Amino acid sequence: MSDAHSSPYLAHHFDDMEQQSQAASFGMWIFLAQEIMFFGGLFCGYTVYRAKFPEAFSAGSFSLAIHWGLFNTVVLIGSSLTMALAVRAAQLGRKAGIIKWLVITMVLGCVFLGVKVIEYKAKIDHHMIPGQHFEFHGGGKFVVAGHGDEGAAGGHGEVEATHAEPDEATDHDAPADDHGETAADVDHAESTHEGNGHGVVEVDPNQVEIFVGFYFLMTGMHALHMVIGVGLIIWLLVLTTKNRFAAEYYTPIEMFGLYWHFVDIVWIFLFPLLYLIGRH
Amino acid sequence: MSETEHHICSVRLYVTIFSALMVFTVLTVLAASVNMGVMNNVVMLGIAVVKAALVISVFMHLKYNPKILWVVAIGAFVWLGVMIALTLSDFLSRGWMPNQPASWL
Amino acid sequence: MSAPGVEANEVAPGERRVHYLNWATTVKSWLLTLDHKRVCILYLCTITFYFLVGGVAATLFRIELMTPQGDFLSAEIYNKMFTMHGVAMIFFFLVPSIPATLGNFLIPLMIGAKDVAFPRLNLATWYIFTAGSLFALFAIINGGVDTGWTFYTPYSSTYANGHVIAATFGVFVAGFASILTGLNFIVTVHKMRAPGMTWFRLPLFIWAQYATSIIMVLGTPVIAITMVLIMVERGLGVGIFDPALGGDPVLFQHLFWFYSHPAVYIMILPGFGVISEVIACFCRKRVFGYEFIAFSSLAIAIIGFFVWGHHLFVSSQSVYAGLIFSFLTFFVGVPTAIKIFNWTATLYKGSVSFATPMLYALGFIGLFTVGGLTGLYLSTLAIDIHLHDTYFVVAHFHYVMVGGMVLAFMCGLHFWWPKITGRMYPQMTAKFASVVVFIGFNLTFFPQFIVGYLGMPRRYYEYPEQWQLLQLLSTAGASVLGFGFLMVLCYLPYSLVFGKKAGPNPWQAKGLEWEETTSPPSAHNFEKDPVVTEEAYAYTEGARNV
Repeated sequence: MSDAHSSPYLAHHFDDMEQQSQAASFGMWIFLAQEIMFFGGLFCGYTVYRAKFPEAFSAGSFSLAIHWGLFNTVVLIGSSLTMALAVRAAQLGRKAGIIKWLVITMVLGCVFLGVKVIEYKAKIDHHMIPGQHFEFHGGGKFVVAGHGDEGAAGGHGEVEATHAEPDEATDHDAPADDHGETAADVDHAESTHEGNGHGVVEVDPNQVEIFVGFYFLMTGMHALHMVIGVGLIIWLLVLTTKNRFAAEYYTPIEMFGLYWHFVDIVWIFLFPLLYLIGRH
Repeated sequence: MSETEHHICSVRLYVTIFSALMVFTVLTVLAASVNMGVMNNVVMLGIAVVKAALVISVFMHLKYNPKILWVVAIGAFVWLGVMIALTLSDFLSRGWMPNQPASWL
Repeated sequence: MSAPGVEANEVAPGERRVHYLNWATTVKSWLLTLDHKRVCILYLCTITFYFLVGGVAATLFRIELMTPQGDFLSAEIYNKMFTMHGVAMIFFFLVPSIPATLGNFLIPLMIGAKDVAFPRLNLATWYIFTAGSLFALFAIINGGVDTGWTFYTPYSSTYANGHVIAATFGVFVAGFASILTGLNFIVTVHKMRAPGMTWFRLPLFIWAQYATSIIMVLGTPVIAITMVLIMVERGLGVGIFDPALGGDPVLFQHLFWFYSHPAVYIMILPGFGVISEVIACFCRKRVFGYEFIAFSSLAIAIIGFFVWGHHLFVSSQSVYAGLIFSFLTFFVGVPTAIKIFNWTATLYKGSVSFATPMLYALGFIGLFTVGGLTGLYLSTLAIDIHLHDTYFVVAHFHYVMVGGMVLAFMCGLHFWWPKITGRMYPQMTAKFASVVVFIGFNLTFFPQFIVGYLGMPRRYYEYPEQWQLLQLLSTAGASVLGFGFLMVLCYLPYSLVFGKKAGPNPWQAKGLEWEETTSPPSAHNFEKDPVVTEEAYAYTEGARNV
């Protein structure tokens, strides 16, 4: 076992493994601090607009599939567990354990991303993409305010007090295959639709568009970080199979673990802020 | 210090934290379905902060790391808070003074 | 007095001393270097290029401003010129200037380390920075951008023609170089100090760089995401700041200035660090109030994050927020003033000599004070109503950024040149150039205070005739200033070939970089690992104890 001052894993400019390891941790935490500020800009914009347009944000949140959000939260926190176990395996010098837990983490990450694809596709299907062709037709207790076309809302701008889609089964327990999520995405006409003026909230589609814009920006930026994370896991797997790590040196795995947990923490905040507004 | 730096947590601890996170997640969803007015935000953000703290201190080993790293982690969140608070100080106080443009036009 | 390792500066006749510049001379050895000193040189080349780009833009619009009519440049080209000037000078010259060059070179040397904490990351930042700058250069070459360096929405995100996305993407990418440099420096200072180098024995340059690095890490990500938002709004039509959708352009301003105000402290704090070093050396005296200067650097870094709203006083920001920001802006002037007092107190009864770096340092103190004081006018809400977006603002920030930071950069460059290159520049020429720069600078920018106070708006290419004299003086001054810089750009490279070879410590300065290394230093910095036993600036020779 090489000593701390002459380990083959020691870089030339460090005195010992301890200094090297502490420097790496410190550097990684500072990187995460700047990531907090990076995402923070989006959170700041979100906060301003949510304070400005509370009903529209509730309406936008309502259009998201809460069961997918919850599922993804469970998946991602689970992947944090498996990542922690991967780091633990590295600490114990167990190559097979590292590989096993990294692979599971990666699979869970891909599941998360797959669900996001489903959710995004639903938004596309409902023309709820911010931009020229954004459409919002109300949902649940939320109806489009005002009269007729709002130019900037794009699309048809038809005022409807009821949903445009045919009634879907609103049973969340059995998501259908093709439109699985649309059960929630689509207006829950049956359960909540009542006549005009009774528990109905008017919202401006433009403002809902801003919510949806932030939804895509924030989850998109998060998803981008996850894609990068999955790529990095592959790189770590390659290195592990090449025996680059040992109980005395597993810093890249540990540092990546910090990154992965951070991405999890971002989602821990995104989930309530995006999916759980005004769900009562 | 070198022992704490590389402190190895037990599997049981990790699984316990994971279970706690699951419980808090369910709590968040339940809290969302109850109308508590402005407290909804407080409760849900509060739970999120607790969850984040659990991830940071155990999964990310900050509990076993030198204190300076706590300064880095908490400092970043504080800084984000400052940015949001001072920005909101503008938007929320518009229209307080007569002849000032109200913001929500 | 000179440490053993320094004797290695002497070589046997006929023998060539090996140091960090000549131990390997292939292109690959430069482009794949892990040596922080070589990374300094790489950055120096890139930022000098962008200084020239920004300078050319300034030349063109200063020519236009000689006459009241818009006769030399069209309005659109004029707008593109001042945008290009701002973008090049701020993002690709000033922000990296001292940190990426002098900071990279000196931090490990001053603390007694072999290198920075993450040498490969250090090299990577140069590549990232250069790549980002190329996107901006692309935008400039392909017709330019006319939004101003501030990229205000909705013009930049919706209506502007020109390569806004390329320019903002360039800023976005280069921002990460800044963040990673700051990260590297913070870890280096925490973890790589030599034995005996306690926090309060650190040179004040290190404190200044440390404070700068904190700002880089906490502030730059916000402008990064803001640039992303512009790109998304412009490229994908997502209406974030679009008033037609209920978006708020002022939100952009908040996010933009959250970084861009602390950015000005990124641009000045390293300069403060240089001045501390140079004043101490050329007064042969400890800097007065070391702890105050150290802590005031941190105070500026922290409080500087709370004042950005003073850029939004007339934007429709609420008056209450304006009051808060105005008060905090006054407050942030206090730690800055403390430094000025302390440097002045250091000069008092010091054994003062007037080498070129000292001339720049003295110029800095005077000019930065003027710039700083005029900042107080601008932070006064009522006065800013009249002065906002006038030449008064332009003059203010050029006094602090050029009269301050650029002079500090010249100061540092001239102080450490013999250490970095092993050569001395022609001293009389350099002193003359520094005086030319000083005179040219004041002639350029003082008239702008006046014309701004009289009401001339900034970013206008036409103006009423009664202001022509002042604008002419300003352009004349700019010519003199440009000439001064050109002189520097000539004699510094000249000195590389024809300059007298410098000894390890030509200024007889205190500090590990002077006393324990050769000029230029060897690739691995120190012949023997330094151990620190004395305070910073422990001048005894020629020192007078106050």
